[in-house]
Amino acid sequence: MPEAGTTSALHTVPPIALRRRVTDHVMTGVAVLTVILVLVPLFAIFAYLVYRGIGSINWAFLTQTPKPVGEAGGGMANAIVGSVFILALASVLGVPLGVGAGIYLAEYGRNRFGDGIRFTADVLNGVPSIVIGIVAYSIVVLYQKHFSATAGGVALAIMMIPTITRTTEEMLLLVPQALREAAYGLGIPRWRTTLSITLRTATSGVITGIMLAFARVAGETAPLLFTAFGNQFWNLRADQPTAALPLQIFNYAISPYDEWHRQAWAGALVLIVLIVSAVAAVRFAVRRGTFGAA
Amino acid sequence: MKLLGPTGEVGDQVFKIAMLLCGLAVLGTLVLIVYELVLRSGPSWHAFGFKFFAGRDWDPVNEKFGALPFVYGTLVSSLLALIIAVPLSIGVAVFTTEMCPKVLRGPLSFFVELLAAIPSVVYGLWAIFVLVPILSGYVEPFLSKTLGWTGLFVGPPYGISMLAAGIILAIMIIPIISSITREVLMVVPQHQREAALALGATRWEMIRVGVLRNARAGIMGGIILGLGRALGETMAVTMVIGNRPEIAKSLFAPGYTMASVLANEFSEATGDLNLAALIEIGLALFLVTIVVNALARLLVWTVTRGQPSRANA
Repeated sequence: MPEAGTTSALHTVPPIALRRRVTDHVMTGVAVLTVILVLVPLFAIFAYLVYRGIGSINWAFLTQTPKPVGEAGGGMANAIVGSVFILALASVLGVPLGVGAGIYLAEYGRNRFGDGIRFTADVLNGVPSIVIGIVAYSIVVLYQKHFSATAGGVALAIMMIPTITRTTEEMLLLVPQALREAAYGLGIPRWRTTLSITLRTATSGVITGIMLAFARVAGETAPLLFTAFGNQFWNLRADQPTAALPLQIFNYAISPYDEWHRQAWAGALVLIVLIVSAVAAVRFAVRRGTFGAA
Repeated sequence: MKLLGPTGEVGDQVFKIAMLLCGLAVLGTLVLIVYELVLRSGPSWHAFGFKFFAGRDWDPVNEKFGALPFVYGTLVSSLLALIIAVPLSIGVAVFTTEMCPKVLRGPLSFFVELLAAIPSVVYGLWAIFVLVPILSGYVEPFLSKTLGWTGLFVGPPYGISMLAAGIILAIMIIPIISSITREVLMVVPQHQREAALALGATRWEMIRVGVLRNARAGIMGGIILGLGRALGETMAVTMVIGNRPEIAKSLFAPGYTMASVLANEFSEATGDLNLAALIEIGLALFLVTIVVNALARLLVWTVTRGQPSRANA
């Protein structure tokens, strides 16, 4: 123990022991180190994506279908369009259901039954995507007798619903009760209030939730493996196997051909850019719109 | 037009029922998942019973199915991921909430959460072409030289291995664990910190006694949620784990997980029994992740809402 405290104990605080000060500094250093260790892979992944991807993207990649093994050139145009197609199918199914369930929870679900649905949505959120793929396979593919874009859309819709439900609910609850009461006071029926006042006020938040769900499923591969299945050619029929960008990246990445590896990197870059720009575009549009409460 | 009449009574009823149906759809989806998995895994259940999860053979040609190597691979790769990810995630969370300057706080959390936005298949792509060569060229030779005596790091350093799967999983679950830990640390009352400092604690002692100890349950919840994600993660693992149904002690050896056997073999299943066996693996994966996630939600809810009773609802 240092002696400083004994002479004028009332006025000075004894200095902190060296061991404790060193521990303090060491632990701060450790924390900084963990941050660096976590950020390194992040930057490494983005750097590699841009570095390997940019060099491989060209006009042919964006406009042509895949070439057979051994032939140079070709691209992933059909996979890009296929992904957009499957995502559109998923949104048509998932967005109304998700938003509806969110409205139910916020406006009518302040009870045990609502809690049950809330908990189910959270549980559903944690189900592995490959398991969702199995279910979409057994409820769609087994009846249609072949792989299809619809099956892929169903799988992705199931994955979108819980996220949309929970964010919609949260956003609707943020709308002040007084706004609803004002509408009731004007004699507007409850359903009309919910749609034209509450939901409208919360639009930007609800759309942000939808985009979150969209971004999450846009890169999903596992649930598409045995639903949409992939396709080397153009297809825009909902009942036929359809190419998807993540599937194509997967198949090319595990192939033994350099040319395909190159295209896998290009595909990954396109995928990331598509996801980020879709999210950014909607956010921008929402912010520019009349509902400023972002 | 009566439906939309001024009193809106009919409209209200119709609207409420429509919204209720959407809510029921959420419930129905979960029921449907359970129903389909149980129904379609039936043949395998009848053929093998509980032995299914103890058998080591996976032989579609002779219709012999045992899932033990996949269960083993899933558990080991996820545990490895947790061992790597937990200290890193907690470190990042502690740094962003307790140590770093306010200006850095936003961007740092943003960057870490950006990791969560990268699709699994892109992680896999990066792992194949960047992580695996680094492992086989530098990390694995080094580990076998220094820690080879443990038996965990022996064998040829091919890179494609259980170790690679564990590392890529760790990178993928760090954002989940660290964002939940951050959330939990932020709800620790400020006076806990002030009290510790007033007693003469250094900053680290304040964090250890005043913050981390109070947030234990919530951090545990975050870790379990990360575990849930790791158990079900498919693509990135499938791309680097080697896909061989073997149980090997060395982490340099290839393995196989429950999710990756589904990814690789489901669309090529040769018979009804093969398909049923695969779906039974899916069912097991589903049940494990459900339990893990429910547990995690319970822990996180008790901390962030401060009212344990709600978590049981």
